[in-house]
Amino acid sequence: MTEERGVLDPYAAARADQPLLGRANPLSKFGALVIITVALVWSIDWLSAGIAVLCELLILPLAGLNLRLLWNRAWPLVAAAVLGGWSTAVLAPDKGPVIFSFGIWTMGEHSLLLGLGFLLRGLAIALPAVIVMACTEPTDLADALAQLARLPHRFVLGTLAALRLVGLMVEEWQTIGMARRARGVGASGNVLSGLAAKLGQSFGLLVQSIRRASRLAVTMEARGFGAGPRTWARPSRLSAVDAWVMLGAVVIAGLAVGISIAVGAWNLVY
Amino acid sequence: MASFTSAVSPARVTARGWGWRHGGRSRAAVAGLDLDLEPGEKVLLLGPSGAGKSTLLHALAGVLGSAEDDDADESGTLLIDGRFPRDARGRAGLVQQDPETQVVLGRVGDDVAFGAENLAVPPAEIWPRVRQALEDVGLGFLPLDHPTHALSGGQKQRLALAGVLAMRPGLVLLDEPTANLDPAGVLEVRDAVIRAVTASGATLLVVEHRVEVWKDSVDRVVVLGAGSDGPSGVVASGVPDAVLESQGEALAAQGVWIPGRVPVLVGARPGAEPASGVPTTLSSDAGVLLEARDLSVSRAAVSRRGLGARKAVPVLSGVDLDLRAGRALSVTGPNGVGKSTLALTLAGLLAPAAGAVVGSSALLSVGEAVPRHPEPYRWRAKELITRIGTVFQEPEHQFVTGSVLDELRFGPRQLGRGEERVDELLQRLRLESLAEANPYTLSGGEKRRLSVATVLAAHPRLLVLDEPTFGQDARTWAELGSLLLELLHDGVSVLSVTHDADFTRALGATELVLGGATGTVFSGSGSAAGAGDASVKGEA
Repeated sequence: MTEERGVLDPYAAARADQPLLGRANPLSKFGALVIITVALVWSIDWLSAGIAVLCELLILPLAGLNLRLLWNRAWPLVAAAVLGGWSTAVLAPDKGPVIFSFGIWTMGEHSLLLGLGFLLRGLAIALPAVIVMACTEPTDLADALAQLARLPHRFVLGTLAALRLVGLMVEEWQTIGMARRARGVGASGNVLSGLAAKLGQSFGLLVQSIRRASRLAVTMEARGFGAGPRTWARPSRLSAVDAWVMLGAVVIAGLAVGISIAVGAWNLVY
Repeated sequence: MASFTSAVSPARVTARGWGWRHGGRSRAAVAGLDLDLEPGEKVLLLGPSGAGKSTLLHALAGVLGSAEDDDADESGTLLIDGRFPRDARGRAGLVQQDPETQVVLGRVGDDVAFGAENLAVPPAEIWPRVRQALEDVGLGFLPLDHPTHALSGGQKQRLALAGVLAMRPGLVLLDEPTANLDPAGVLEVRDAVIRAVTASGATLLVVEHRVEVWKDSVDRVVVLGAGSDGPSGVVASGVPDAVLESQGEALAAQGVWIPGRVPVLVGARPGAEPASGVPTTLSSDAGVLLEARDLSVSRAAVSRRGLGARKAVPVLSGVDLDLRAGRALSVTGPNGVGKSTLALTLAGLLAPAAGAVVGSSALLSVGEAVPRHPEPYRWRAKELITRIGTVFQEPEHQFVTGSVLDELRFGPRQLGRGEERVDELLQRLRLESLAEANPYTLSGGEKRRLSVATVLAAHPRLLVLDEPTFGQDARTWAELGSLLLELLHDGVSVLSVTHDADFTRALGATELVLGGATGTVFSGSGSAAGAGDASVKGEA
């Protein structure tokens, strides 16, 4: 460990410019994620989830995000949460005064609150993950998992390298689709042959992915990967920032659960 | 403490009667190889496909005979500094052909450090090595956190070389490192290799089809042979000029690119002006098959039916051109200017981002079913393949069946036609003996020939080829060129995206040059392209 002290982190300068969450170790960020998620899965009241969402929106600047950037990354999750909340509100048994009725859809006060609870809970659990991913470099995450969490480095680095190829697959899918159209695949144009064509395209993509992966494996093996002990050019360390990150998560979870229980809104699901 | 010079002790390679057979194959990949590489020597390894060049490089890199290949068979000895390559970890470093799979990690600095980390180099010594290696390959200007996906193909190959150099290997192995690069990228990588290897003093062994690129930079050329019964070890070895003098003829016949020998195409008229491979009877009144008007192209506009098509920034715009029967057009220019995107759009595989691609009545009236729309990208697959055939850069992308014969029958069957052309194509492209083989198991040249043949089986009037000669040996090159000349003579229009000036010349193609320093577009002309001011105008 002594020699690690002599290592100048080449990314230190770039990291110093980052907002607080960008400087934190990925491991503490994932710890914070776990704390908030575990605190919020016990109840379906709208208050605790609402408080958590509010806090999460308030810490956006710490991750270098604003509402617009967040929306760009998280809109599918927001859409899913709204859909979940809507169907809960419509389908839950109606108790209390009916406030909305249209054909087969009726919505009472009780079911509306239940739906709102679902919507906010979905957001409260999804947002921290989006925020953490937005300010975490995958390589740093792998470093932390292998060095601090002691996961096997072959597994961690292999996964990391393979993830890079996933980005290439999108482009490859498009190319294979065009290449097959140029061969006349899907000529008859009915639904069944269209399905068969997509299946064939998937198979083509699978073949190409395996080829790519095995070439990448040769590259990694030729660079000495996989046998014997290795060193880490970027020592993954915990610092004071990480204590603050964990503390922040505890505070958010505590506020959400505490206020909800104090007001009597807390509503255990199990 | 670490030494901060990049000098290494160069490795010695000794092969004695060495041979290798991959598990599950009846034929040896390498047999009876006797070879010595002196420490610090720079050697170019030549030979026809099937001579075992790549196998030798993989063996020296210590990546042969892994767990999956356990019924492989090794004979004789292959040693680096008297040790087995597998036990000499870090003594040899390998750079392969495909730039995408030479990059391991997302940031430039991490990627170069990767090999050194695996060799358990003390962390304090790794970053000076990384900086030195990037400097040596001419990438020292990049910040260490530069994303690797933003690099060009040539830069990725230099990055891979830097990753190898940071391991301080005594032996640098290069397996066709420039085959997928444009001409500028080829020289960029060659120069980086020579500069870096000269600085470190390491032994160099490079496999490459294009002799011209390397012959003045290496000390020795070694030729491996392959007969009909298998690989036959070292056939010739010596200083480049002497070996090329004595072996040039034989090597050229085996498909190796020998400097100054451009293969002669069958059907080309000797002594005639090369830029007129077009039959004179057709050239004056050759009909337009396809025209592009004020065309903008973009990869993102993939939606064929216009549903959900987003506004995309076109990579290229303002293109006007005509494709004529019996004429060849070559689209050239540096990587990234949109050559392939233009070709795919003209071929009806991508929707135009703006402007129009319209088939002429001559093209529309081909065959029984006349498409309802004149724009190729709206045609059904069946309507498309009888009119426009597209050959992709990577043949494997176009394979849709399990045997060579089925590949050739596929197009005609889709069209409900007879298969009379299939046998002719099999024979014409030397694929008869492979009729039952799985397309994926063919060699690079065989795959290329098959991918062209499958598209021709549907009898298209217009042929679009994306880098058809990339990485091909001289023999496949000549066969392909002769076939295309024949098609041109029959009135087919041929559009190629290519960096290969010899190929353009051999076809007598008009050249359309895209790109420039400012990203604006101009047109160069071989015979018939008219130069436009701010737009591309071409006729072929």
